[in-house]
Amino acid sequence: MERSRLIREMEGIVGAEGVVHEHEQLRTYECDGLMNYRVIPDLVVLPETGAHVQKVVKLCYGEGIPFVARGSGTGLSGGALPVESGVLIVLSRMRKILEVDIPNQRIVVEPGVVNMWVSQEVADKGYYYAPDPASQIVSSIGGNLAENSGGVHCLKYGFTTNHVMGAEVVLPDGSVTHIGGGKAPDAPGYDLLGAFVGSEGTLGIATRITLRLSRVPEAVHTLLAGFEDAEGAGGAVSGIIGEGIIPAAIEMMDRLTMEAVEEAVHPGLPDAGAVLVIELDGPEAEVEEQFGRVLEICEDNEATEIRVAEDDAERALFWKARKAAFGAMGRISNDYYVQDGVIPRTELPAVLARISELAGEYGLRVANVFHAGDGNLHPLVLYDNDTEGEAERAEKLAGEIVFTCLEHGGSLTGEHGIGEDKKKYMPKMFTDDDMNVMQLLRCAFDPHQIANPGKIFPTPRLCGERPGPFHMHPLQKAGIVEQF
Amino acid sequence: MQTEKELTEDLQRIVGTDNVSEATEKDAVEGVEPDFVVEPGSVEEISAVMKLAAREGLAVAPRGGGTKMHIGDPPRRLDLIVSTARMIEVLEHTPGDQIVRVEAGVKLEDLQENVSDSDQMLAIDPPESGATIGGIVAANSSGPRRYRYGTVRDLIIGITVVLHDGTVAKAGGKVVKNVAGYDLSKLFTGSLGTLGVIATANFRLHPRPGAARTVAVEVAEPQQAQAAAQAIVHSQVEATAVELHYGETEKQLTVLLESIPGGIDAKTEMASFLLKEFGEVRTLSDEESDRLGPLTPPEVADEVVLKIGAPPVDLAAVLESALGAAERKGLGHPRIMGHAGTGVTFVGFLGENEDGAAGFVEEMREIWVRRGGSVTLQRAPLTLKQRVSTWDNGGDYLGLVRRVKEKFDPRGGMNPGRFLGGN
Repeated sequence: MERSRLIREMEGIVGAEGVVHEHEQLRTYECDGLMNYRVIPDLVVLPETGAHVQKVVKLCYGEGIPFVARGSGTGLSGGALPVESGVLIVLSRMRKILEVDIPNQRIVVEPGVVNMWVSQEVADKGYYYAPDPASQIVSSIGGNLAENSGGVHCLKYGFTTNHVMGAEVVLPDGSVTHIGGGKAPDAPGYDLLGAFVGSEGTLGIATRITLRLSRVPEAVHTLLAGFEDAEGAGGAVSGIIGEGIIPAAIEMMDRLTMEAVEEAVHPGLPDAGAVLVIELDGPEAEVEEQFGRVLEICEDNEATEIRVAEDDAERALFWKARKAAFGAMGRISNDYYVQDGVIPRTELPAVLARISELAGEYGLRVANVFHAGDGNLHPLVLYDNDTEGEAERAEKLAGEIVFTCLEHGGSLTGEHGIGEDKKKYMPKMFTDDDMNVMQLLRCAFDPHQIANPGKIFPTPRLCGERPGPFHMHPLQKAGIVEQF
Repeated sequence: MQTEKELTEDLQRIVGTDNVSEATEKDAVEGVEPDFVVEPGSVEEISAVMKLAAREGLAVAPRGGGTKMHIGDPPRRLDLIVSTARMIEVLEHTPGDQIVRVEAGVKLEDLQENVSDSDQMLAIDPPESGATIGGIVAANSSGPRRYRYGTVRDLIIGITVVLHDGTVAKAGGKVVKNVAGYDLSKLFTGSLGTLGVIATANFRLHPRPGAARTVAVEVAEPQQAQAAAQAIVHSQVEATAVELHYGETEKQLTVLLESIPGGIDAKTEMASFLLKEFGEVRTLSDEESDRLGPLTPPEVADEVVLKIGAPPVDLAAVLESALGAAERKGLGHPRIMGHAGTGVTFVGFLGENEDGAAGFVEEMREIWVRRGGSVTLQRAPLTLKQRVSTWDNGGDYLGLVRRVKEKFDPRGGMNPGRFLGGN
């Protein structure tokens, strides 16, 4: 279809104000939170309702035009990177909270609703939405669902996938289906919702999402402890877990990160080699006793300074310090590259030692921020884009770090997703058969591969379908996919 | 097509002479008798057996402890049972990482025993004893603790599967937090052997609680049962399980509380305080709380058990609808138990009155599927299943279920016909 006609048809669905087609305006959407990759989409469409999404997708399907869904665009793996000659479907106008059902502990929202709004909506009822990615003041529930976002409190409470209970989904052929029980448990059949959450926009677009609401705990105790080095902090983490305590969160920052954070938000962090932020929540008597034990364990591991949050304001300051870490890096480095590798917790000392060795070899600084409780590392490789060759070196070092995670039994990504950025590493973690079998799922949902094509898997495969609406798949024509 | 003798020899070459046997009546699945039972001892052997099955067009049913083979509609055909009886190794348990990797044939009891040395547990507690990990994952079995810890999908972190064509694939890994690739562990959870054989599975473990107590309240009416369950659910007590037993004489809601020794008294007090407005509250002895576990296996072979999934706030309506329909259909007072905190209710009765039972199932479906819930036959005589399927076909996702089945098992060789939609 000619571009001008496509624009007219899209405008017919979502209105003229819902279609972006001028080159300069399209540039706003050329990347998500990961700015290393940029592609200007052919067209941006901003639907306002599930019915709009369905019509837009149906039009794309009929014309064989690939589409990419985007929420707030905060993703860190290029998952919402547009495809050239494709449509970017931006869901940020779908921001209604549709239903609050406290008795069943559920809330139904549109995909563009911002994570934080959910908790705000139900706070006065004593409820909240547990998954809390650091981006939560901006990132959308639809994006969280696509990426299976984590957060600092997922050690105890789980990830997005454990809190999404149902979804209305527009499949890549434009049909609508409802997966997951929503308010009722154990919907019969395959766990399609479990497979859909975290599929990075490659299986369809969720247009109506049912989330589980959690009761605000009776007591919350938070401390910040400084240690001589990361080893001491790691020892405390192991001690706490070994004791059978599951804190709501245990976060670690190293000296370099603390320097940046101190400059950015002035939280008054201790002068230490590493700092832990530990939070326990639950029934008062239980939390109080366990918190006492956590203090002892920190002391046993030679904490140099321990500060217990006296009130909500101080607790908020501790968390502000932690959540500001990525943003604060700009204070100490022009550019940085974030990794998201995961390791078994017990491998922490060995992996940290290796990272510091690698940093030395590459002559680059690496700041470490991580979810210490679940072994999810966010090493930030610092570099200067204006120094020739440094960006390439940084990317290579970041790759080496993630391979180190794999060598120690871990994963490429804990919460940011594979997206565009890490698909080249997938064969290091999975065999061809593993990836081919995963793509069978893709073939069931999206046989013509028009939903976010080219993401996650290094070698996309077609599904052996008889030619449907198209004679030859555009990706096949472009030589970037092969027939399954 | 090979002769039976050639096939036996081929199978024996793969798994060893002693590990192939001719099937007997005991191996029949819902009235369909297979030819062979094969016991592969490794992932590679499973793969080789499956390749042979695919080549010969054999229909395969995976089997673990055989405790749940009755779940599902009768298979359309069945040639080969692939048993995981020799896949019994605990591959890795790293206490500091709170994870375990096991072969599918490991029995849950053995896994628990294995990890209990480090004061850990897998927080899955289905009622049937002798069940294997593979079977628990395939059937998505759960028990009372699901209220706090979730179900298999919330605890499984990695899987190895073998498809009908022998392809071996893994997904996930051995770290709890992991979003690399599609989550096939969840897809295979509850897939009832229709997508492939589960060969190994990895799980997140939890610390064993240092103290536990069960508080019970007598509930005279459905409304009280619901209100009592809601009182716990909306409190800050962090209960582990909220269970309902609603028989003809015994009607009580039990709340399992777990904590550290220093925290259990306060939790017990809080729960008792919350429950006392609904009826007489007491703390159960250990023996009594054991007895009040999840649905005990029925003593009568032909008992019918329905599983109703509905929003937790509809508990009273579920009870009233079941009691009313049972009475009208001449089924007497059914045995009702359930995970009241999560909206799962089991209704059990004798299967003698088949017309009544069929009418009961249809009426429950009429009400609860329309209201967004589900009604599944957990156990039923074959003749009843032939009248009313195991599954309600309530959802608009059935087409997607079929497409997933077609992609993973294009020849229809895995447990054909047992799953919803005839898949």
